[in-house]
Amino acid sequence: MNFIALKMLMGNRAKYLGIIFGLAFASLLITQQSSIFVGLMTRTYSFLTDTSLPDIWVVDKKVQYIDDLKPLKETESLRVRSVEGVAWAVPLYKGLLKARLPNGNFQSCNVIGLDDETLIGGPPGMIEGKLSDLRQSDAVIVDSVSIKGRLARVLPDGRRVPLEIGDTMELNDHRAVVVGICRVQRPFQSQPVVYTTFSRATIFAPRERKLMSFVLVKAKPGQNLQKLCRRIETRTGLAAYTAEKFKNLTVRYYMKYTGIPINFGITVVLGFIVGIAIAGQTFYNFTLDNIRYFGTLKAMGATDLLLLRMILLQAALVGSIGYGLGVGAASALGSLSGKTELSFRMPWQLLLISAVAVMIICAASAAISIRKVVRLEPAIVFKS
Amino acid sequence: MLKSTIMNENRNIAVHCKGLTKTYGTGSTMVHALNGINLEVRTGEMMMLVGPSGSGKTTLISIIAGVLDRDGGECVVFGHDFMQMKSYEKTRYRGKHIGFVFQMFNLLPTLTAAENVAVPLLINGVKRKEAFDRAREILGRVGLGDLTCSLPDQLSGGQQQRVAIARAMLHNPKLIVCDEPTSALDHETGHKVMELLREMVVGVDRAFIVVTHDERIFEFADRIAKMDDGHITSVESMR
Ligand SMILES: Nc1ncnc2c1ncn2[C@@H]1O[C@H](COP(=O)(O)OP(=O)(O)O)[C@@H](O)[C@H]1O
Ligand SMILES: [Mg+2]
Repeated sequence: MNFIALKMLMGNRAKYLGIIFGLAFASLLITQQSSIFVGLMTRTYSFLTDTSLPDIWVVDKKVQYIDDLKPLKETESLRVRSVEGVAWAVPLYKGLLKARLPNGNFQSCNVIGLDDETLIGGPPGMIEGKLSDLRQSDAVIVDSVSIKGRLARVLPDGRRVPLEIGDTMELNDHRAVVVGICRVQRPFQSQPVVYTTFSRATIFAPRERKLMSFVLVKAKPGQNLQKLCRRIETRTGLAAYTAEKFKNLTVRYYMKYTGIPINFGITVVLGFIVGIAIAGQTFYNFTLDNIRYFGTLKAMGATDLLLLRMILLQAALVGSIGYGLGVGAASALGSLSGKTELSFRMPWQLLLISAVAVMIICAASAAISIRKVVRLEPAIVFKS
Repeated sequence: MLKSTIMNENRNIAVHCKGLTKTYGTGSTMVHALNGINLEVRTGEMMMLVGPSGSGKTTLISIIAGVLDRDGGECVVFGHDFMQMKSYEKTRYRGKHIGFVFQMFNLLPTLTAAENVAVPLLINGVKRKEAFDRAREILGRVGLGDLTCSLPDQLSGGQQQRVAIARAMLHNPKLIVCDEPTSALDHETGHKVMELLREMVVGVDRAFIVVTHDERIFEFADRIAKMDDGHITSVESMR
């Protein structure tokens, strides 16, 4: 009877396509919006992802997330270095500084100042030039997206000329020379990322008493990171987080204090509701259209169990096709947006979640149809 | 096998109803559709139930065919009392032993003729290939050998009713009930359908009940039970 169930469903072209469309739309909306959400959340800690070398980040106790900059005295890095179990500890500067573009416009940039000696904390990959080129005077390394985008030179005729090695720019009225181009994860606010040395960053930055944003720490081999964090905290009175912990804090901060999760949550819920409304409704209508035939099957000896199996099969078919189309469309949109500023991340957990959502929609639609069919009196077959 | 005190000694009694009652609704909307029906249907004959619209014919065959529960009285079909059976047992019994032909044919619109005919076999768990082979074979016997792949709306009314008859017959049921099988057809087509029914359905081991108010087909009956207002008013033998 599986065959009959499928033919009943597919024979009704309009309804069949309508149900699939509804489910595909729901799964597209759910998957795509969640992927953007996950992508955005990943961007909140992109700097932590880019800076993968240190095991532990030491910050002021009040710091709540990675971009919550509460500068420390430079001497703190020496105190951290003296804690037992620390292999090395280096300072890192991070700050938003204004760059003046050749056309006179200002653009704020995420400036990262790396320890002068070791250059620890550099970008995850270089496209042109070497990290050690930062040792040249006034040197900066700029990320590859911004050179064509926000930092590009705009000619009078409107053409954009990408920034190149050897070009100069002004950071807070100080001259900077581009010596390299690097690859970074897109940051949350999509500002250009500019790497330089710590001492040069302190020249670029407005004069302040404290200028060190983080102390980056590598543990000696075999150290328990949690215990090391506790030791650093008791010795220095600062906060010490493993990279993983710092990422979690950051995501949690954005979840709690921004409207982002709610906004995306609403869209996802809407997708779910639209799915129920379109697919569920159409599926139920399909069952109602066929109620006379379900009655006929019942009269001819089809048990409730058999009819239940038929309806579940129908729901499973439209569910898998709709899910496949929706997720396929979401991935297509995702890979199209790969070259743009749009954040998009589709981990397998997300595919699972939208699969479960589609399954719930289908199960709910099937359930109301099944209820209708089980309650159906076979005597209706003789009604004309 | 259920035992029944009213089981007739006569081996060819297929359906036995005594004092059968059925009402629809309650209170002021209550309708007494059957008011004590006494009826015997034998194997090997075509029993016709005739009477004006609203006299209870459909209600009676619905109860006999096990798609509707009675309120009172007795009704035994091949030794089985449906009131003593669980719902799924009744459903199974219908699937194995009862064939249906409807006024509006009730063919599934998205299935071909052969697929429609195969449905009762598929419900009974026969393999798809065997079911379709047998369906095509019986469609040949009702004169539709060339139309096995047609959809119902590509067939005329008479052709659709032939498909429905093939569907009712394919699993070789013991009882066949037809409700107004010719009233959606013109006279000539109806006549041909009745000829086909007589030829295909009447058999020594099978009981056959046709409900109609179409006087032009009375001649096909072996016996005619006249109904009025929920009663059987007379039973006469035609042969
Ligand atoms: N489901 C129902 N609910 C209420 N009344 C019904 C129902 N089915 C039939 N009736 C009533 O029962 C009586 C007998 O109906 P029916 O058995 O269909 O007669 P027939 O088939 O001879 O026209 C009629 O008065 C009809 O209105
Ligand atoms: Mg009737």
